[in-house]
Amino acid sequence: MKRFEFLIERVLFLCALVSVATTVGIVAVLLFETVEFFAEVPIVEFLTGTEWTPLFANPKFGVWPLVLGTLLVSGIAMTVALPLGLLSAVYLSEYAPPPMRRVLKPVLEVLAGVPTVVYGYFALLFVTPLLQSLMPSLAGFNALSPGIVMGIMILPLVSSLAEDAMQSVPNGLREGAYALGATRMQTALTVVVPAAFSGITAAFILAVSRAVGETMIVAIAAGQQPRATIDPRVPIETMTAYIVQVSMGDTPAGTLEYRTIFAVGMLLFVGTFGLNLASTWVRERYREVY
Amino acid sequence: MASPSSLPLAAPPDVDAGIARRRVLDLVFQAVALLVLLAVLAALAALVYSILHDGLGRLSWAFLTSYTSRRASQSGVFPALAGSVFIIMLTAAIALPVGVAAAIYLEEYGTRSRIARLIELNIANLAAVPSIIYGLLGLGLFVRVLGFGGSILAGASTLALLVLPVVILSTREALRTVPMSLREGSYALGATKWQTIWYQVLPVALPGILTGLILALSRAIGETAPLITIGALTYVPFLPDSVWSPFTVLPIQIFNWVSRPQVEFAQNAAAAIIVLLVLLLTMNATAIWLRDRFQKRRSS
Repeated sequence: MKRFEFLIERVLFLCALVSVATTVGIVAVLLFETVEFFAEVPIVEFLTGTEWTPLFANPKFGVWPLVLGTLLVSGIAMTVALPLGLLSAVYLSEYAPPPMRRVLKPVLEVLAGVPTVVYGYFALLFVTPLLQSLMPSLAGFNALSPGIVMGIMILPLVSSLAEDAMQSVPNGLREGAYALGATRMQTALTVVVPAAFSGITAAFILAVSRAVGETMIVAIAAGQQPRATIDPRVPIETMTAYIVQVSMGDTPAGTLEYRTIFAVGMLLFVGTFGLNLASTWVRERYREVY
Repeated sequence: MASPSSLPLAAPPDVDAGIARRRVLDLVFQAVALLVLLAVLAALAALVYSILHDGLGRLSWAFLTSYTSRRASQSGVFPALAGSVFIIMLTAAIALPVGVAAAIYLEEYGTRSRIARLIELNIANLAAVPSIIYGLLGLGLFVRVLGFGGSILAGASTLALLVLPVVILSTREALRTVPMSLREGSYALGATKWQTIWYQVLPVALPGILTGLILALSRAIGETAPLITIGALTYVPFLPDSVWSPFTVLPIQIFNWVSRPQVEFAQNAAAAIIVLLVLLLTMNATAIWLRDRFQKRRSS
């Protein structure tokens, strides 16, 4: 009986270790192929080059166009998601009567649960034509439309995390502000938001990380042309969309072309991992304790 | 010291004006915030409308039971639907035992140990890794090193790793709601730790665990990028017959159709999206039903 109990505990422990093994596996797989990649392509060319044409006869491996494309789309997404998400959070936390909150929160969660390929469809076949009717110079594939749609997709994340942070601000602070004659807006903007600042910042950083790693919306609606531009009207390609593009083709393992997706994946992993750590760090470091 | 009667009875006019201005600002702010929320809801409505408008006409029994074809009007989602159902069941079969075991270890056994803390931190970080990175892990590990190829098994293993953090977190929540007295009663009757967990704790926590599992799977069923990365096919003229067979899933079929310029294929994509969303809604409704039943039983 004792031995059986011990055995069970070991088995459970091994299952818990699967998650650590996953992290180790990700790093190992990415590192292995990336090292092979950099044996053939100088790391300096990869990180500083401004031309990305690995599928051409005369390949160039400068990752900047992909990075810039990723930053452009994420930037547009955050321009939508941050102010709108924060305003929604302030409304839900400080203004909305409880019954309204009970209805609105699950509806926002529905937005977060829609598969990203559906958002891709929406961006390409609804938002882009709509924007083109307002802005005739917009190309059929562009950064603007997937950026806006990605912003809508990320908004619930921002709003829900920011609202949680505001809800944890003690009521005494609000009541103090009201007692001094502040309106609800003044209380929200000058007392509650600053008090919840660390949680809100952590939510923002997490949202950026989500935008950078988002794949299907951009793979469908942004086009697949790596281009070092900040013009949101023309087709671009993000890091994630490039990985999808190569995976859709029939790339034999071991070729340089096959390794490019791991090198790009490594960059993506390091970037998002750094953002996630920063988010945790901000939340812990600047947490107001009441 | 001034007597109360010498205080001005009315506030100076500029103070009144200030209060009025601040009240108006407050109302404007509230209206803007409410408008933003309504705009977000309008975006959701536009999404649903555009998909129903484009796809409802294409939806038919034939669409559900046909294979893909070169002609859009004769194409259907049968292999993709079967692939999605098959892969989700296999993902559940892998993620449920591993995830629950890991959660039991963290919640019931190693709660205070250093390594348990490390595992917790690791799970929190894994939950925020982009899904396409899991695809690269699946490609390197399951497809190449373990030699699974672009099979259902490789896809389900990849998705299982992807949803594992969610399954572990929700199982821990469910285990935490089981009252301590239940465990103590079991110990008092001479049960061992594992007997207590297996016969007392798990049955009580089961509905909560299943709710979390279904919600995690409803995320997995919409995943596209990791399955494309491991080499799922886009054209599959047969049904999967074993865990080793090549496969496609609904989101990949949608991606394939939406990437084609013809309007007919876009309509197919919209119809396939409706099928996917109905599948998702069914799963979520099951999860909510389970949760409600669970709450009712606990409160009685």
